[in-house]
Amino acid sequence: MSQHLHGSGTRGVGPGSVLTRGIWKENPVFVHVMGLCPALAVTNSVRNGLAMGLATAFVLMGSSIFVSALRKVIPHAVRISTYVLIVATFVTVVDLFMQATVPTVSKALGPFVYLIVVNCIILGRHEAFASKNPIGRSFLDATGTSVGFTIALLMMGGVRELLGSGSLLGVKVTPAGFEPWVVMALPPGGFFTIGFILLALNAWRRRRARSDRSVRELMNPVTRTERAA
Amino acid sequence: MSADIFWIFLSAMLVNNFTLFYFLGLCPFLGVSGRVSTALRMGLADVFVLVVTSLVTWALNAFVLRYAPYLALISFIVVIASTVQIVEMVIHKFSPTLFRELGQFLPLITTNCAILYLAIFQTNRGYGFVEGLAFALGAGAGLTLALVLMASIREQVDLNDIPEVARGSALIFLIAGFLSLAFMGFAGLLSGA
Repeated sequence: MSQHLHGSGTRGVGPGSVLTRGIWKENPVFVHVMGLCPALAVTNSVRNGLAMGLATAFVLMGSSIFVSALRKVIPHAVRISTYVLIVATFVTVVDLFMQATVPTVSKALGPFVYLIVVNCIILGRHEAFASKNPIGRSFLDATGTSVGFTIALLMMGGVRELLGSGSLLGVKVTPAGFEPWVVMALPPGGFFTIGFILLALNAWRRRRARSDRSVRELMNPVTRTERAA
Repeated sequence: MSADIFWIFLSAMLVNNFTLFYFLGLCPFLGVSGRVSTALRMGLADVFVLVVTSLVTWALNAFVLRYAPYLALISFIVVIASTVQIVEMVIHKFSPTLFRELGQFLPLITTNCAILYLAIFQTNRGYGFVEGLAFALGAGAGLTLALVLMASIREQVDLNDIPEVARGSALIFLIAGFLSLAFMGFAGLLSGA
């Protein structure tokens, strides 16, 4: 979790950045490699990934408001257990709501809705941000992180549903001759998908770092000649 | 009856392996799978907490949740966390050696999704005292097996020349994918029962 404590020195960060950084630059799944149980377990289709993303978003946003509002009341020694209690309350709400309104999705996600309680993204954001910042900023931070998490789930779900069953959101999109890679919808496919996404991100980041360096090297001679002149 | 219990154990350990089939407990799976000796101790601590959880869940289900089922989630989290804390203190007092072996992992495990999943699964499937115990032992054995396998592979991989781009979690996930693929072969065991 120590990786994710970047929120401590956030005084100088503007509200726009608080909202947007969780979406991609500090994406909880792809950059911090957190919240993996749900990211892998329920993403065999886009629909399940979306439902899980929205449920987690509701819990994270709601509980962040509470944690932030109570941040001066909660004693330091029992803060984690207090956060867990707040989160568990919201998860119970989401679970009952989903059972009542979308029973098929609720059945597909099964016990993984409960596991939102132990999603380390949520506790990480509370500990790193909501417990030190006013309600408005905490809500923005929670919203950004939730969007980032949902995007990650959609990407995973998209890849796995497309390759594993040849469809997207239940609609067949591949040509008739396409043989679905069944393994992608099964557990190993989850590991392979996240592995390859991380691999691609690594390669992309390295390439960008290298081009940054070459740009700097190109700039340097120019400044030197200017100084000489 | 005893055959059933054996199958519960075997299915939790191999066929529906917590880590490789349900993706539970991935944080320690990535974090402490660097060396076999650490992985083994982590696994044993897992078994320990899972057994305690199973007993607590059974007690909660039998005496409390019958009257207030909507409290399930909250009471599981709170009661399990505090029980593990108490057991940890007791071990610290009476067996400092055992505490040194397992202690550092115990607080980590409490917030592990495998623990909560065990409690929920045991409740949903209506396991009794003995079945719950077999399930917890099987799940613990499965977690330990996955951790030790992963650590053994990583110890070998460390000696090889891996392209820099694949180092870190990307490689671990790909290895885990192949392990998971291999474990799918155990699925045939259940249909034979």
